[in-house]
Amino acid sequence: MEHLLNLLIKSIFVENVVFAFFLGMCSFLAVSKKIKTAFGLGLAVIFVMVLTTPLNYLILRYALGEGVLSWVHPSLATVDLTFLAFILFISTIAGAVQLVEMVVEKFAPALYTSLGIFLPLITVNCSILGTSLFMQEREYNFTETAVFSVGSGIGFFLAIVLLSAIRERLRYSNIPEPLQGLGIAMIITGLMGMAFLSFSGIQL
Amino acid sequence: MSVESTSAPAVQEKKKEALFSKKNIRTLRDPLDDNNPITVQVLGICSALAVTVQVKPALIMAVGVIFVTAFSNLITSLLRNSIPNRVRIIVQLIIVATLVTIVDQVLKAYMFDVSKKLSVFVGLIITNCIVMGRLEAFALAQKPWPSFLDGVGNGVGYGIILVVVAIFRELFGAGTLMGYHVIPQWAYDHGYVNNGLMVLPPAALFVIGVYIWAQRSWNKKLVNVS
Repeated sequence: MEHLLNLLIKSIFVENVVFAFFLGMCSFLAVSKKIKTAFGLGLAVIFVMVLTTPLNYLILRYALGEGVLSWVHPSLATVDLTFLAFILFISTIAGAVQLVEMVVEKFAPALYTSLGIFLPLITVNCSILGTSLFMQEREYNFTETAVFSVGSGIGFFLAIVLLSAIRERLRYSNIPEPLQGLGIAMIITGLMGMAFLSFSGIQL
Repeated sequence: MSVESTSAPAVQEKKKEALFSKKNIRTLRDPLDDNNPITVQVLGICSALAVTVQVKPALIMAVGVIFVTAFSNLITSLLRNSIPNRVRIIVQLIIVATLVTIVDQVLKAYMFDVSKKLSVFVGLIITNCIVMGRLEAFALAQKPWPSFLDGVGNGVGYGIILVVVAIFRELFGAGTLMGYHVIPQWAYDHGYVNNGLMVLPPAALFVIGVYIWAQRSWNKKLVNVS
């Protein structure tokens, strides 16, 4: 239990997907001009991440990897399909996003209008695929995968809402013209990353 | 992109365009500066930052991305008339994922140490927004050869930023370039210390931020693009 709590804290603060690995930077910089939209995207990312990462874990565990296909037929015990991981992971994510979009549209139209435009964007959000790939590389088990995906999602949410709050404030400050927009956003992200570095080494 | 579409010659006199006509050259050259994927189009920043601690992985990453952007643009452009509009994202992702799998397998076979260092970031080329962005914005509407050049140009534009950032970070963070010591020993003897911050993730953001600042002060028409 303590181990899982530790993993959660680690994935939210210490190894934040945005500040430690720069995943999901594109939408992080593009959609952080207003707090409200940033909030919506953050929620959508948490949702999709929690849905797809455990799903990818199951695919990895029961369809790819050396010898795991033996439950289908004993003669398949020597097959190793790990090299197909990228294609299957991204298809799962694209499919899940499409499904989520349709379900949300049907059953929660209000949520759809507020999230709608961000949902297709999430397919190409690196943080989603990145979480799945980290899950594969670090060889988490199912519970760890679930906790890790929740933590990564919350980490992204936290980062994008914080940045958008700062950028709303920036509008009133006097920045050299060539540095406005993207340049200053990059530097602020760097400073926030340094602040998050101070979490490193925290253990429960 | 708007520049390209408006300034395209309306009259096509020759039946066959030269392979390196002015327009094609511009397609190739524009992404290097005026329309750089990272600093102007704001695409593909994710992996740009994580692999730039040293020059060597950055170079290899750049080559991988050039390969993927060029060939995914080419293949998508060849298939552009037969891809149904509704499922195009998934089709594109499959094309890109296949190419990235090739890159990953080649790296694992011939450069295992670099492949370990790049870890998940090779796989993340799939979701690198440059690839998807160029497919959507260019390859779906253009002929194969210009699309291929556009892919190469954007890949190189991305690679330049990657290598510049990596040079700064490796030089100031570790005092080496491509693994060779560049800062002489006497400098250390006189109290020079490597800047530990440059090795940490935030430094990449600072370097790119300052690069954007410099580029936009130099190239005034880029101010206020985003």
